[in-house]
Amino acid sequence: MEQVLKLLPFLKPYWKKALLSLVLLFIVVAMDLAIPRLVQRIIDQGIARQDLRVVWQTFLVMLGLSALNTLFAVGNNNLSVQVGEGVARDLRRALFRRVQTLSFGNLDRLQTGQLMVRLANDPNVVQRVVQVTLRIGTRAPLMMIGSIILMFRTDLRLALGMVPLLVVTSGVIAFFVLRMEPLFLTMQQKLDRLNNVLQENIAGVRVVKAFVQASREAERFERVNEEFTQRNIRVMEFMATMGPSLSLCMNIGIVAVVWAGGLQAIRGQVTTGQIAAFVNYLQSTMGPLMIMVNLANVWAAASASAKRIREVLEMEPEVREAPDASPLPPTAQPRIVFDRVTFSYNGTVGTPVLQDVNLAIEPGETVAILGTTGAGKSTLVQLVPRFYDPSEGRVLVDGLDVRRLQQDSLLARVGIVPQETVLFSGTIRDNIRYGRPEATDEEVVAAAKAAQAHDFIVQLPHGYDTHVEERGVNLSGGQKQRIAIARALLTRPAILILDDCTSSVDVETEARIQEALREWMKDRTCLMVTQRVSTARNADRIIVMDRGRVVAVGTHQELLRSSPIYQEIYASQMGNGLLEEDSRNDEARLQSRR
Amino acid sequence: MMRPGFSRAGEFRPRGLRGGPGHAPQLDRARDPRRTFLRLLRYLAPYRLALTLVFLLILLSTFLGLAGPYLMGRAIDGLIATRDGAALARMALWMVAVFVLGNVADALSAWRMAGVSQRALQRMRRELFTHLQSLSLRFFDSRPAGELMSRLTNDIEAINQAVSQNAIGLLGSALSLVGIVAAMFVLNHWLALASAVVVPIMLGFTNWIARSTRKGFRELQKHLGEMNSILEETLSGLRILKAFRRSQAAVHAFEEENEEVYRAGVYANSHALLLMPLTNQLGNLFVIAIAGLGGWLALRHLTTVGTIVAFISYARAFINPLRQLSNIYNAIQGALAGAERVFEILDTPPEPPDAPDALPLETVRGEVRFEGVTFGYLPGRPVIRNVSLEARPGQTVALVGPTGAGKTTLVNLLMRFYEPDAGRIVIDGKEIRRVRKDDLRRQLGMVLQDTFLFSGTVMDNIRYGRPEASDEEVIRAAQLAEADPFIRQLPQGYQTPLSERASNLSQGQRQLLAIARAILTDPGILILDEATSNVDTRTEARIQRGLLRLMRGRTSFVIAHRLNTIRDADQVLVIRDGEIVERGTYRELMARKGFYYRLAMTQFKGETI
Repeated sequence: MEQVLKLLPFLKPYWKKALLSLVLLFIVVAMDLAIPRLVQRIIDQGIARQDLRVVWQTFLVMLGLSALNTLFAVGNNNLSVQVGEGVARDLRRALFRRVQTLSFGNLDRLQTGQLMVRLANDPNVVQRVVQVTLRIGTRAPLMMIGSIILMFRTDLRLALGMVPLLVVTSGVIAFFVLRMEPLFLTMQQKLDRLNNVLQENIAGVRVVKAFVQASREAERFERVNEEFTQRNIRVMEFMATMGPSLSLCMNIGIVAVVWAGGLQAIRGQVTTGQIAAFVNYLQSTMGPLMIMVNLANVWAAASASAKRIREVLEMEPEVREAPDASPLPPTAQPRIVFDRVTFSYNGTVGTPVLQDVNLAIEPGETVAILGTTGAGKSTLVQLVPRFYDPSEGRVLVDGLDVRRLQQDSLLARVGIVPQETVLFSGTIRDNIRYGRPEATDEEVVAAAKAAQAHDFIVQLPHGYDTHVEERGVNLSGGQKQRIAIARALLTRPAILILDDCTSSVDVETEARIQEALREWMKDRTCLMVTQRVSTARNADRIIVMDRGRVVAVGTHQELLRSSPIYQEIYASQMGNGLLEEDSRNDEARLQSRR
Repeated sequence: MMRPGFSRAGEFRPRGLRGGPGHAPQLDRARDPRRTFLRLLRYLAPYRLALTLVFLLILLSTFLGLAGPYLMGRAIDGLIATRDGAALARMALWMVAVFVLGNVADALSAWRMAGVSQRALQRMRRELFTHLQSLSLRFFDSRPAGELMSRLTNDIEAINQAVSQNAIGLLGSALSLVGIVAAMFVLNHWLALASAVVVPIMLGFTNWIARSTRKGFRELQKHLGEMNSILEETLSGLRILKAFRRSQAAVHAFEEENEEVYRAGVYANSHALLLMPLTNQLGNLFVIAIAGLGGWLALRHLTTVGTIVAFISYARAFINPLRQLSNIYNAIQGALAGAERVFEILDTPPEPPDAPDALPLETVRGEVRFEGVTFGYLPGRPVIRNVSLEARPGQTVALVGPTGAGKTTLVNLLMRFYEPDAGRIVIDGKEIRRVRKDDLRRQLGMVLQDTFLFSGTVMDNIRYGRPEASDEEVIRAAQLAEADPFIRQLPQGYQTPLSERASNLSQGQRQLLAIARAILTDPGILILDEATSNVDTRTEARIQRGLLRLMRGRTSFVIAHRLNTIRDADQVLVIRDGEIVERGTYRELMARKGFYYRLAMTQFKGETI
C-alpha cells in the first residue's frame, strides 16, 4: 500500500479525470442505492394502497434515473481506464528514460530479464490498481457503507439485528484472507520446485540421456509432482469453503430479516415493502464484501510491482556528467594515458580488478592487451569511453581527464567492438550504419570490406538488405563479429577498441582484418583485447596483464625474450616450445606476405 | 461462486503475447476444440463416480439456491394474507434448512472437484514429463529451452484454471440460468416475460462488447508485442546502444510505440471493462421492470407482493451467471488451446525404443568403428558424409576441424542421440543400433565444454551418473579429477548446494566436476570436448591433468583444441564440411603439409586447429 502510494505523483497529470471519475462513481452508487427505496415505495404506497399512479410515477422515475446512471457509469468506466492507462504509459516512459541514463556499473547489477519485467509488466499491474480503485475498489465499500446506512434508516431495530451478522461475516473474511496468503506461498514454493525439475530436464536433456538417468529423474519429478498436487488440493479445498461460507452468512441474514421483520410486520411495526428493501440492501452489502477480498490480491501484487518500479526510478547513475563538462575538441589527438588507475566493480570496498595501472598509448599506435580471463583487460579498455570511473587515478585522452568531458563528445570519437556481439533487428546495412545513420552506401561497403564482411554479405540472399533475425540467428558467430567490426569502423573513430571480438573468425580472415585495420587506423589509436598470442603478436606493442596489473610491455619478440608470463602463455598456446620452430617459419611467411 | 486467486503467479509473470494488461481475455483458440475437449475428458474419466457426485451436488445447490427466494416470497405473501407468526416461523426454518443445505452442497462440490481436478492434472504432468524424456534430441534442438518451459507452464496453468474452476463455474452458471427462468415462469409467467425483454438486451450488449473487445485486444496485443520487442532489444543491447550514442533514437522509438499501446489500451479496456457497469445497470433495469410491471399486475391481482420480492431476488441472482458466462467461455477457449499444444507434444513420436532382441552391453573393450556413416539433421542436408573410422581399444582419437565441421555430430551419433541415415557404427563388433540404448550410454562417458549441473550439492552432482556410489568413491573421483582442492575451498565443501545453473562456479570448475562425474561412472569409452576459452591458466592445467588420468586405458574421442592433446593422440582426424579430409598422427599430418598443416601454420589458434 505504502509502496503504491509513493507512486502517487504519477497520478498528478490525471487528477481532474480521476476526481471526475470518482464523482461520477458516487452518483452511480447513490442512484443504485435509491432503487430498493423506490421499489419499497411501489410496494407500500402503490400496491398496498392500490394506487396505480404511484406505481407508474415511481417506475418512470426509476427508469429515468437508471438511464442517467448508465451514462454516468460509462463515463466513470472510460475515465478510469484513461487514467489507469495514462499512468502506466507515464511509468513506462519514466522507467525507459531512467534506464537510458544508467551506466554500465548499474546495468551489471540488473539482469535484462529483470528490467524487462519492470518495464513490460509492472506498470500494467499498477495500472490495474489505479483503474480498479477508481471503479469497483471504491464502489464496493461505498455500496456497503451506503447499504448499511440505508438499512438503519429503513428500520433501526432490524438493522441493529444485523450487527452480529456483520461481525461474524467480517470474522469469516478475515479468517480466509489471513490463512490464504501463507497457503498460497507454500503452494508457490512447491510449484517452483516442480518447475525447477522440469527446467533442468529440458535444459539438461543431453546429460540426463547420456548418464541414463531418465527413470531417476522421473521419480524425482513424481515426488515433487505429488507434493505439489497434495498441497494444491489442500489449498483448493480450503478455498472451496470460502464462497459458500460467505454466502451462508448472507442467507442467514435474509432469513433473519424475513423472520424478525415478519414478526414486526404482524405487529404492524414494519411494512412488507420495508422488508423487501432490507433484503435488497443486505444483498448489496455482502456482494462488495466478497469483491473486497479479491481487491486485497490486486493491492498485494501492485505493492510488489510498485517497489520494483521505484527501485529502478530511484537508481542513481554511477557515471554522471560533471555540470561544467567540456566537449572533447575535434582536434584532440587520440593519446590515451592511464595514470595510476585502480578499479573495483564495487567501489572502494571490493577486490580491485585493476591495480595501479600506468600506461601511455600514442596516437596511431595499435596496442594489444593480452592476458587470461580475469586479468582485467576488458575493464581497462572500458575506462576509456568512461563506461566506468576508476576508483583511484585518472584516465586521460589527449591530456584531458575523461571525467571532465561531455561523454557524448567522447563517445563520438571512440569505436567499440564488444566481446559479445549484439546486433539489432533490421537489415545488415542498418546494423553497420548503427553508429552513423547518415553514412552513405559507399561508406557502408568500404567499412564492410575492411572488416572482411563484404564478401559474405553479398552472397546472402538480399545482400546488404538481408534482414538480421532475432539475435542474429541467421548469421554465424564469425559473421556477426565482422558486422560488429564494420559497425565500429564506420563511425571513423579516433580510438578503436576491439574487445576480444575475433574469437569466432577464422585465422586467415583475422589476419586479413588486421591488415585492413592497419590501413584504416592510420593516425588513429587501436586497443585490442585478446587472450591469444596469435592475435597480439602483430601489434605495435603488447601489454601483458595478470590479475589486474600490467606485468610486461613490449613487442612480441621482446616479450618472448624477457617476460616469463608471456613465455608461459605462449607456451600453453603454442605447445611447450615444440612448435616454436614452426611458428618462426610461420612468422617469416607472414612477413613475406606483407 | 468465488474464484480463488490462482492467477497470483501470473500476476508477476512477464506478459508475453498471450496476456494483455488488465483482464485481457485469452485470444488463442484450439484448432479442433471438440477433439481436444474429448481428450481432456479422458483424464477425468477415472473419476466418473466422483464427477457424478459433483454434478449432483451442483444440481442440488443450484436448486436449493433457487428455492430460497421462492420460499421468501411465499413467506411474505403468507404474512400479508394470514398474519400467522407460527406459519412464518415454519417458513423461516425451511429457508434456513434450504440455505444451509444449498451452501454445504456448493462447498462439497468444489471440495470434491479440487481432488479430482488436481489428480487429473498430476497425471497429465506426469505423462508430459515422461514423454518429454522419451523424445529424441531433435525435438529439443528445434525449441529453445526457455520458450518450451514457459509454454508448458502457461498451458498447464490454463488447463488447471479451466478444469478446477471454470468447468464448475460454467455448469453452475448454466444451471442457475435455466433454473431461474424456470422458477420465474412457475411463479408468474407475466413477470417472467419481463426477463424476455432484458435477456436479449443483455446478450446483445455482451456480444457487442465481446466483439469490440476482441478487436481492441488484437490491436493491443499487436502493439504490446511491438513494444516488448523494442524493449527486449533495447534492454539486451543497452551497452551497445549507449556506446554508439543511440539513446535518443531508442527513447523516441519507444515512446512512439508506448503511445500506441496507450491508445490501444484505452480503446480495448474501455470496451472490455464496460461489461461490468453495464450489467450492473441492466440488473437495475431488470429490477425496475419487475417492480413497475409487478406493481401494475399486483393492482390487477395478477401477482402478489411476495412474488415481486422473490422476483427481484431472482433478478439480482440472474445477472451474475450471465456476466460470468462470457468470461468463463473465453477462459475455456484458452485452456483448450493450451491443451491442444500439450497434446501435440504428447503426440510427438518418441525415440524408437530398443528392439525386443536388443543385445546387452555389459563391458566394452573399446573398439569403435564408423562404417560409411552419413547423417543430416534435416532431410537432404547431410552434416556428416560417408565417414569411416576405426579406434582400437585404449586409443585416443583427436577430432579437429573448424567450428561447424561436424565434430559434435559424430559424437551425437556415437551416443545414439541420433541414428545415422546411412552406414553403421560398431562397438566391439556389435552394431550400436542393435544394442540396448541404456547399456550403450552407460558405457560412454561424456564431458562437454558447457557443463550442465543440476540443483543439489556438489556431491549429488558428481554422483549423478551413479547414484549408489559412496561418499568415499565420490571424493576419490574428485581427487582424480583434480576437483578436490577447489571443492574443499567452497563454503560447505562437498555439501555446498549449487545454485541454479551453478552460477557460483566458474566454467573451469564446472568442467572439473564433469570430469569427476565421468570418472565415477567408469565408462569404457570416453567422449571429451576441450574447453576453448574462459578458463584461467591454473585451472586449465588442472583440467588437462584430470583429463589425462580419465583417458588412461580407455578409448577416447576428443574434440581437441590444444596442441598437446593433438600431439599425444594416437590418431588425428581432420574434419571439414562433414568429411574426414585427413587422418594420421600429428607428425604425419605436419609432414604431409595439407589442410591440417595449413590450419596449424597460419597461426596456431584455439578452436580452429
